[in-house]
Amino acid sequence: MSAPGQIDVPTPASMPVAGAPGALVAKVRGEPFTELPQDLYIPPDALEVFLDTFEGPLDLLLYLIRKANIDILDIPMARLTEQYMEYVEVMRTKNLELAAEYLVMAAMLMQIKSRMLLPRPAIPAEEEDPRAELVRRLIEYEKIKRAAYQLDALPQLGRDFFPVEVLIEQTLAQRLPQATVADLQEAWRALLVRAKMTQHHRVTREELSVREHMSLILRRLRSGGFAEFGELFDPARGVPVLIVNFLAVLELVRESLLEVTQSEPFAPIYVKLAHAQSG
Amino acid sequence: MPSPDEVKLALEAALLAAQQPLPISELRKMFDEEIGADTLRRLLDELRETWKDRGVELAVTAGGWRFQTRVSVQKYLERIHPEKPPRYSRAVLETLAIIAYRQPVTRGDIEDIRGVTVSSEVLKRLEDRGWIDVIGHKETPGRPALYATTSSFLDDLGLRSLQELPPLEDTAKTLDLTQTPPPASQPAPDEPATAQPSPA
Repeated sequence: MSAPGQIDVPTPASMPVAGAPGALVAKVRGEPFTELPQDLYIPPDALEVFLDTFEGPLDLLLYLIRKANIDILDIPMARLTEQYMEYVEVMRTKNLELAAEYLVMAAMLMQIKSRMLLPRPAIPAEEEDPRAELVRRLIEYEKIKRAAYQLDALPQLGRDFFPVEVLIEQTLAQRLPQATVADLQEAWRALLVRAKMTQHHRVTREELSVREHMSLILRRLRSGGFAEFGELFDPARGVPVLIVNFLAVLELVRESLLEVTQSEPFAPIYVKLAHAQSG
Repeated sequence: MPSPDEVKLALEAALLAAQQPLPISELRKMFDEEIGADTLRRLLDELRETWKDRGVELAVTAGGWRFQTRVSVQKYLERIHPEKPPRYSRAVLETLAIIAYRQPVTRGDIEDIRGVTVSSEVLKRLEDRGWIDVIGHKETPGRPALYATTSSFLDDLGLRSLQELPPLEDTAKTLDLTQTPPPASQPAPDEPATAQPSPA
């Protein structure tokens, strides 16, 4: 693909801008005379590492150009294209999703390269360097790339500094009534007097709800583990509670919410949530 | 007519208590408009001078004047609130730069410069941040939205106007310098147009 005999014709357009007499005089096989480094080649494995860091084909091209220290205004198309295609090839062989932009750029590079290979008899002065559009885009992109870094370097509200705000209570505090210790004493005494007057006896019976105990048991077993049967009962709370609790266990078993197991007679009885096993 | 010192005290209190930057037009209301904008600006400058050695500074941005913490103390403040705000990706930053420097631009313009597709997510992040918004539509097929930066973008970066953005560096010059020292052939190094290889 690379044309060894290629001779880059220095275009009139590139001359005044590059302003480098050396680069013009010593153009051998498309390479400027001034130091053109030999390390344009990047091993494919290394390329793969960079893969994610490029923001697109322009970014990649800029990297290749910068790395080789090439004058952006006088790009050796053959070598750049070759290098670029290697990169695209790596992407393909690694089955990475090859963004369409990379292929479009590849086509553009090929086109520029081929246009430069064509013999151009008596170039009219106004004919553009085939690389002009690419160079324009590269320069514009690099400008923006630098600008992005600079923007990021600016101190940013919420990241590098914060607005200062002193809180001023806008509404005046409401004036509240005063209360002294003596007031409290008096109030308490009155309360006691009133309490004595209305005192009467009430016989209460502890509300024992089987449902409530069912919930308590389920809650206790929620973590999914086993509990020893005896652990579910607290004898200290009295017989009625024990009975209700037992009824709750039976009810839970009846509703298939609880599983009670005993490996052999007189062995410990274990209780666990029924669904914990199935699902 | 209040004395200058009294005015400064009032300005200080108002700015400290404000929730967003206050422009001079807003600050003037405190004095029944009897103090001129120029006088107020001078007093604000004096006030800023008074605060210059403090951990908090008086700054002026696009939206007006505001007190803010100094960048130099941020590293200590961060330890009180250790969760750092995430940084923006290069895609987001480059998109922001294009909009800031080339506005108003369409999505297509952004894609032309970056050479890749711009995901909606990138634009949405900048819109959610309140840094860019759609200011109109280009009268071309599809009527693409035109993006521009907002005033809160300037406020958040502490800029008074887009003029204060860091100047775009001329890439070609940088490369030229490394390759061939130009013999005083560039009198206007800030002109970006000189980078074009082919003068049209």
